[in-house]
Amino acid sequence: MEIALPLAIGVLVAAAAYLLMARDLPRGLLGFVLLGTAANLTIFAAGRIGTMTPPLVAPGAQALEAGAANPLPQALVLTAIVIGFGLASFALVLLRRAHAEFGSVMSEDMQEAEPPLAAAPPAEPAPTPPPARPRPVPAPAALREVV
Amino acid sequence: MSIAPSLALGLPLGLGLAGAIAATMMKRGVAQAGAAVAALAFLLYLLAAPGVTETTDLRFGFWSVPSLGVVGGLRLDGLSLVFVLLITGIGALVLLYASRYLKGDTRLPRLVTLLLIFMVAMLGAVTADDVVTLFVFWELTSLASFFLVAYDHEKPGARKAALQALLVTGGGGLALLAGLILVAMAAGTTSLSGIIAAREAVLAHPAAIPAMLLVVLGCFTKSAQFPFQFWLPNAMAAPTPVSAYLHSATMVKLGIYLLARLNPVYQHEAFWQELLTTAGLLTTAVGAIYALRESDLKRVLAWTTVTALGSLTMLIGLAPALSATAAVTFLLVHALYKAALFLVAGIVDHETGTRDAAALGGLRRAMPLTALAAVLAALSMAGLPPFVGFVAKEIIYEAKLATGGAAGLFASIGFLVNAAMVAIAGLLSWRLFFGPLRPTPATPHDPPKSMLAGPILLAGLGLLAGAAPSLVGAWLVDGAVAAMLGAPAAVPLKLWHGFTPVLALSAATIALGLLLLLAWGRLMPRLRRASAFDRFDTARLYDRALAGLVAWAEGTTRLVQHGSLRGYMQVLLLVAALGPLAVLVARGGLDLPEAAPLDFRALAFLPIALGAIAAAVARGTLAAVMATGLVGFGTALVFLTFGAPDVALTQFTVEVLLIVILATVLIRLPVRARDVRTGRQRTVDAAVAGALGLSVALVLLAVLAAPFDPRLGEWFGAESVPGGHGRNVVNVILVDFRALDTLGEIAVLAIAAFSVIALLRASGRGARVGS
Amino acid sequence: MDASLILRVSAPLLLWVPAIVSLYLLIRGHNEPGGGFVGGLVASAGLVFFVISRGRQAALRVMRVPPAGWCGIGLLLAAGSGLLAWIDPAAGYLTHRWWFPDVGFKVPLGTALLFDVGVYLTVIGTITAMVFALVDED
Repeated sequence: MEIALPLAIGVLVAAAAYLLMARDLPRGLLGFVLLGTAANLTIFAAGRIGTMTPPLVAPGAQALEAGAANPLPQALVLTAIVIGFGLASFALVLLRRAHAEFGSVMSEDMQEAEPPLAAAPPAEPAPTPPPARPRPVPAPAALREVV
Repeated sequence: MSIAPSLALGLPLGLGLAGAIAATMMKRGVAQAGAAVAALAFLLYLLAAPGVTETTDLRFGFWSVPSLGVVGGLRLDGLSLVFVLLITGIGALVLLYASRYLKGDTRLPRLVTLLLIFMVAMLGAVTADDVVTLFVFWELTSLASFFLVAYDHEKPGARKAALQALLVTGGGGLALLAGLILVAMAAGTTSLSGIIAAREAVLAHPAAIPAMLLVVLGCFTKSAQFPFQFWLPNAMAAPTPVSAYLHSATMVKLGIYLLARLNPVYQHEAFWQELLTTAGLLTTAVGAIYALRESDLKRVLAWTTVTALGSLTMLIGLAPALSATAAVTFLLVHALYKAALFLVAGIVDHETGTRDAAALGGLRRAMPLTALAAVLAALSMAGLPPFVGFVAKEIIYEAKLATGGAAGLFASIGFLVNAAMVAIAGLLSWRLFFGPLRPTPATPHDPPKSMLAGPILLAGLGLLAGAAPSLVGAWLVDGAVAAMLGAPAAVPLKLWHGFTPVLALSAATIALGLLLLLAWGRLMPRLRRASAFDRFDTARLYDRALAGLVAWAEGTTRLVQHGSLRGYMQVLLLVAALGPLAVLVARGGLDLPEAAPLDFRALAFLPIALGAIAAAVARGTLAAVMATGLVGFGTALVFLTFGAPDVALTQFTVEVLLIVILATVLIRLPVRARDVRTGRQRTVDAAVAGALGLSVALVLLAVLAAPFDPRLGEWFGAESVPGGHGRNVVNVILVDFRALDTLGEIAVLAIAAFSVIALLRASGRGARVGS
Repeated sequence: MDASLILRVSAPLLLWVPAIVSLYLLIRGHNEPGGGFVGGLVASAGLVFFVISRGRQAALRVMRVPPAGWCGIGLLLAAGSGLLAWIDPAAGYLTHRWWFPDVGFKVPLGTALLFDVGVYLTVIGTITAMVFALVDED
């Protein structure tokens, strides 16, 4: 159990990372959601797993019986799930706004504040044509005017 | 008569600062007020002068930071006295001059403020007795110079010149800081007088030579020595009063000041002597040649200033009593005539509308008083008796001839350079004011008294000092020489030395200079066309270095900010993968946890792993969303089977909501159905992703193999009912034990909601979620 | 929204059943699985279905107060529940107080419940704000 769950989490993290590096933002968003799930599972596992008994005190008892699950990681994960959902929704709203603004969901097409991609070191052929909006002048060129 | 050191040393600085602040609020008479402040400071120093002799000084405000081993304060000795009198005296005249020169300029208050700040900085620098105070004021002069050169900041040329001056002097300042720290460490004290007293320790330190080189580098950049001379002529973009004050009389001599100040430490070191004399000699030659290539009056003067600064450096390097006397005398003389000539050049520019020497001539009749000042100053510059310039030149020749082996070289280069100076002096007096009147853009006439006062007074002082050199010697030079050499040793100043070889040399200099003057009209354009001088100009090195820096910055920016989100993610994820792995390896490899045997519950892991892989390789976005949902439900299942019903319930609800929302939204976007990465990109990404997955799995295994401390969970389990009156321990933790954390978390949620509402409002679309 | 007839007809059912369930989860949360977070999520699920089937305006009418208001009330309630702790000046902020009035059997009343209601309202406000933003443009 203690070996199988980390391996499953490893697969989950790898998939999340693979999606995060995608060039379209919807896939990146899914990667973000999966990474959050992986983080929650990691916290849960780090608090030790094994028992199936929930951390509920039996009626009439004063203390949690020995052998119940560790309640602390559960409390942490519970709020983390809700916050992760809130952030994913927020990212989705941003994605909608970006799509309305740029007419695309490709990260390459959203380069308002970046230098032209043509000079990027991983010189890969861009399948999408570069957008027509004017590129901002990169900072060093602005410095050149002064010196 | 005597004056309290606190008044003489502290008050001028306070007055200057108060004046600088007051100047920002004044509307009228601001430059006159500034001049009054400077004059008052001059008077205070003058009153203190009797207390400063070859063997006595004034001290004030000594402070210390024992934890840093820093002690310091202000100290007025012979060398400082020469400087403070020049700074305040010329400062007063320049400010008075500026009141007319920049009349009606709305930026005048700013100029006065900056000039007064500069004056305070200079006074602080030359009276500081510790390297920390000295350095702070030193840098302040560079800053003030930057703002003053960039006075006409709408002009690109002025901005460029200001930046150049700042980079060269500021870069030298960094070297100086390092050098001063090394010297102070070697001496065991930051006090300048202490460093001089600890001369042996400073020289014996292993880093003595690098320390000296760093200090000298700072001085050379500040005083425009070769190869850093190029910034000074460019700094002529500043208004003329600024050029006269900062870039001829005072600031550029700060490097000379520090060389002279530290001379007692290094004076017997052959390396110091050779470095200073060589650089000085080269600088004089470069300055003289380039001065003959210019026709802009201010640039001509700037290059002659470079020559003069070279002479001073060389004289300090020559070391014996004679050359020290020559250095101090020449320092005084040069400040007087050069400031006067700059102010004359400003008047000519102001009144005629041009400062091109080739286009000017015969101004004597139109502006007789200006002509008088120019002639007096020029005679001093040319080194003719009875002017103090003659005294200085004689003694410089004497010093050069007394150097022994290299005397011939020094004297012959000095001879040629001096002849060039004679020619320039002639250019600035004879050619400008005599001969046929040439037409100018404006009709020339003498300026008002406030503008004439400076040049006439300064030029006249040159004549008076020449007439009574021994008085000047006793009063100012001797004390400064004693400070430069560490002991009283000045050679008496005389106007008339009798018929000596030196006198013959002087006469020959003047003769050659007059020949050069006659040929100037043809010589200057030819020298200017000679491109060899441009090719070997060290300004090119500066330009190339700066261009290289910018290119490097561009390259770095492109490398690390290439604009590809995918690239950023790759770097981030790769670091996240390799960092923990490196720690794991460094800690001695991997321990596997003791694992319970797999049972049916392990089936719950399957949807997670399978869903994750499916989401990654899904062709369409909707399929990827569904696979993501599968992972979520699998996760809920894991929570449920391992005793976390609350978490499972939450995860389950969230997953339902997420899938509904994602499907609703993404289905409406005209989303490219396929992952658009190329095959090669997928391979690279899969490798990075695999590395991260492996790293996380291994680290988690290592974590689970470590012993676990269950006390925290047990405490919550035991306290939940008695303390929190609730049997659901998870809920009690959330709403009671860690309620403050939960409050923060729901605040985050609310902020996210408000952000969405604001985002929609800002976009101006129909959505009005909040209303 | 071009929701199907089935969805439109069943929308009130999909709204009110989760709402009642969510209240049940909220109340029992202190002793059994449940609580403000889960309850809020379940109630939001009902509202999300309602928004998708009936539109934003209809949902807003049901909610009476816009989502931002739910967030604000929830935050204030949660933050305010901690203030009652200062009935005992020595207690720290958010130390919950309990009363056990006897109405035949003991009813446990605590400020912790108030806090959980705050969480519940904030979660509902947040999620409905997001959903309103996402399904708005049509």
